[in-house]
Amino acid sequence: MTPTEAEAAIAGQIAAARDPLLIRGAGTKFGMLRPVQAAGMISTAGLTGITLYAPKELIISARAGTPLHEIEAILAAHGQHLIAEPPDLSALLASPPNTQTLGGVVATNLSGPRRVAWGAMRDHVMGVRAVTGRGEVIHSGGRVLKNVTGLDLCKLLTGSHGTLGVMTEITLKVLPAPEAVGTIVIPGLEAEKAVAALSAALGSPYGVSGAAFLPAEAASWLPDRIAPGRSLTLVRIEDFAASVAYRSAKLMAELDLFGAVILDDAASRKLWARVRDVRLLPVMNGEGIWRISVRPSSGPGVLRSVPGAVGYLDWGGGMVWFAGAPTETTHRAIEAAARAAGGTWTLMRAPDALRSAVNVVPPEAAPLAAITRRVKRAMDPRGILNPGRIYSGL
Amino acid sequence: MIRLPDPKPDVLAKRDAVIAGLRAAVADDEGVIADPISLKPYETDGLSAYRQMPLAVALPSTTEEVAAIMRFCHANGVRVVPRGAGTSLSGGALPMADAVVVGLMRMNQILDINYPDRCATVQAGVTNIGITNAVSDEGFFYAPDPSSQLACMIGGNVNMNSGGAHCLKYGVTSNNLLGLKIVTVDGEILSIGGEHLDAAGYDWLGLLTGSEGQLALVTEITVRILRSPEGARAMLAGFASNEIAGECVDAIISSGIIPVALEFMDRPAIHACEAFAHAGYPLDAEAMLIIEVEGSVAEQDDLLARLTTICNRYNPVSMRVSQSAEESLAIWKGRKGAFGAIGRISPDYLCMDGVIPTSQLPAVLRRIQEMSDSYGLKVANIFHAGDGNLHPLIMFDANDPDSFHRAETFGADILKLCVEVGGCLTGEHGVGVEKRDLMPFQFAEHELEQQRRIKSAFDPDWLLNPSKVFPLRAPTAVPRAA
Repeated sequence: MTPTEAEAAIAGQIAAARDPLLIRGAGTKFGMLRPVQAAGMISTAGLTGITLYAPKELIISARAGTPLHEIEAILAAHGQHLIAEPPDLSALLASPPNTQTLGGVVATNLSGPRRVAWGAMRDHVMGVRAVTGRGEVIHSGGRVLKNVTGLDLCKLLTGSHGTLGVMTEITLKVLPAPEAVGTIVIPGLEAEKAVAALSAALGSPYGVSGAAFLPAEAASWLPDRIAPGRSLTLVRIEDFAASVAYRSAKLMAELDLFGAVILDDAASRKLWARVRDVRLLPVMNGEGIWRISVRPSSGPGVLRSVPGAVGYLDWGGGMVWFAGAPTETTHRAIEAAARAAGGTWTLMRAPDALRSAVNVVPPEAAPLAAITRRVKRAMDPRGILNPGRIYSGL
Repeated sequence: MIRLPDPKPDVLAKRDAVIAGLRAAVADDEGVIADPISLKPYETDGLSAYRQMPLAVALPSTTEEVAAIMRFCHANGVRVVPRGAGTSLSGGALPMADAVVVGLMRMNQILDINYPDRCATVQAGVTNIGITNAVSDEGFFYAPDPSSQLACMIGGNVNMNSGGAHCLKYGVTSNNLLGLKIVTVDGEILSIGGEHLDAAGYDWLGLLTGSEGQLALVTEITVRILRSPEGARAMLAGFASNEIAGECVDAIISSGIIPVALEFMDRPAIHACEAFAHAGYPLDAEAMLIIEVEGSVAEQDDLLARLTTICNRYNPVSMRVSQSAEESLAIWKGRKGAFGAIGRISPDYLCMDGVIPTSQLPAVLRRIQEMSDSYGLKVANIFHAGDGNLHPLIMFDANDPDSFHRAETFGADILKLCVEVGGCLTGEHGVGVEKRDLMPFQFAEHELEQQRRIKSAFDPDWLLNPSKVFPLRAPTAVPRAA
């Protein structure tokens, strides 16, 4: 494995660095987690281009700085798509739309509504090349769909927010894009009944690939009012057109969805793009944004348990998006709600002072935190890659 | 014979004390095995060419007992080899003379089934099929289905990141897990993940999956369970050459259909399986595909009609679309009996497990045939065509040391070829001891060193399943993560 010129340059920069380095793709997600104090920066913006696309092998490789929309476009031209449906959170994170990079999406392991049925970004990262904090270029995985050769550093690097290595090239599994999309919309359910309906739909044999609940306030953020003033429970099916029609009808009949309506292909695609990009979260300027991942049946309780915060549910009820006052009080309530439900939280947006002061993700049990420190040291012995991004002092 | 590190003389010398320590850690008197006759079944696993008696075997019943064993072994510098059902094909559970085998087969309880949240929490010694059996009355199943699923245990599946014939659609083990309970080398019990998706922080779940017992002992697993499809049906198509069958696979993938399984067998595999199972396989074909689809009867009909049209473009020498679940079972019967079929025509065989880019299949099969001729050993090839996972079955005679040696070298040559064409050494069986010394063909030394440092971060003294995965060298040279 020979490093490319660009990889060698990054490796040289890291090896020579004496002070912390900020790791940057397009910089669209700096608002997440903790702010990084760094004197220097490594940018992957120049590392662009699709290096391999083998549609018949369901594999695409691209350099980390490649804009995601370029990858989505070439896949679409071949009737394929990114399985995890990664969101564009630029509207939430006050960054320019359509600029996020492949490396940024993989480093943050952000997945959209399809995650509940088809897996997260991390499930489809088949190979990575990266420069470690030692200034060494390594690879893990490869350009095939199955690989258990050695420790899975693809998984370790995915979602590591640039703290363990600078990913330079990433290989993803892709799949044929569905021919058609349909959505069953059930108006007016309470959260518990909504999640019960979503669980029944996800537990049906009909291949549901999206399951969300919008309380009335979130539903009111839809440009096309489907049922004004009422909550909306959304069930998506993606497949060949005949299957979408058949499966929607079966679900409508079996789940006793009184008052439900079916959205056509075009309306469904628009709606789920909004769910994916978290554009239906009733959030005001300056408010904080959190997400909590819990078992789906705990979603409704969590949704109610943070005073003053509003939100909605994705992933069948298991992903709770919240907006609220950017204060420690709200954050403590978020932590308590996630803990009580045995789940996990992520602070997605807040002023730097709050982001620096709180646990932006749950702290680990002491023995695991010790392993975390040793793994960080194993990858980045001088602690110079995005220090403090996830955990204070790491 | 495979090389193992020298046993630690001090541990061998205090064998009685080690056994006493294990007896103190495990409540049941029969939970520690020390006499040679009872230890015998633990000397090998699914890679039965390699054998080594362990120092002792401990059979804990609870996570707390595992933790007590680990605290004792850690304090006394005793190496530990975790073991499930012992079905590893890469020697992942091969003991060492100074090691304690920790067998998890007594931890066979299903702890919780949560249908609304579509997950189940089970102990590591539950069999793979045992999970599906526990939830099938409600119409659910656990998706990864390795060939050994009747015997193999979920703890072993996690450690090897096992796959199966249906992973094109459903993914491998790592894609179907939510949480783990693990015991660290020094006996700490830790929870990773839970019943929710995508825990924040580093992806320990992903790193531990497929780590081959190098990082921790896995005692409990929370898996995703899925609702079974309305139905499934298979078809088979025989073709005049490997190339044509390969082109047909490409055409299927390009059509937008995601078959739930897409299996390829070459001529020797077809003949062996047909002689064994009488499944009606086409003996005049050079290659054969088994394609399975899911859905309602109407959806199956539609997909099978599309697939028939595609296959017809490649002039199949034979084609059979199953009309019923029974007929589908018959089509699968030959494929699922492949190991038994090969076992009937050859006293011994090695089951290899490389991965290649699917476009390379015809060329790789040609090279394998040339190697087969030059080594004078027969080979049959079974291929998960959807994901590029190739299983060459190399036939040899274990009573003839030269035959075994040639089979091993032949197998290594195939795996090197897989890497050469852009693939990897192992898709679902793991590195174990079998492919340990081939790792430098896939990784540069500094890359192996990086992986070793991660292991050291979990297991600073290299007590967990040593001698597997990483090429051997002097233990003193193992870097410490400080």
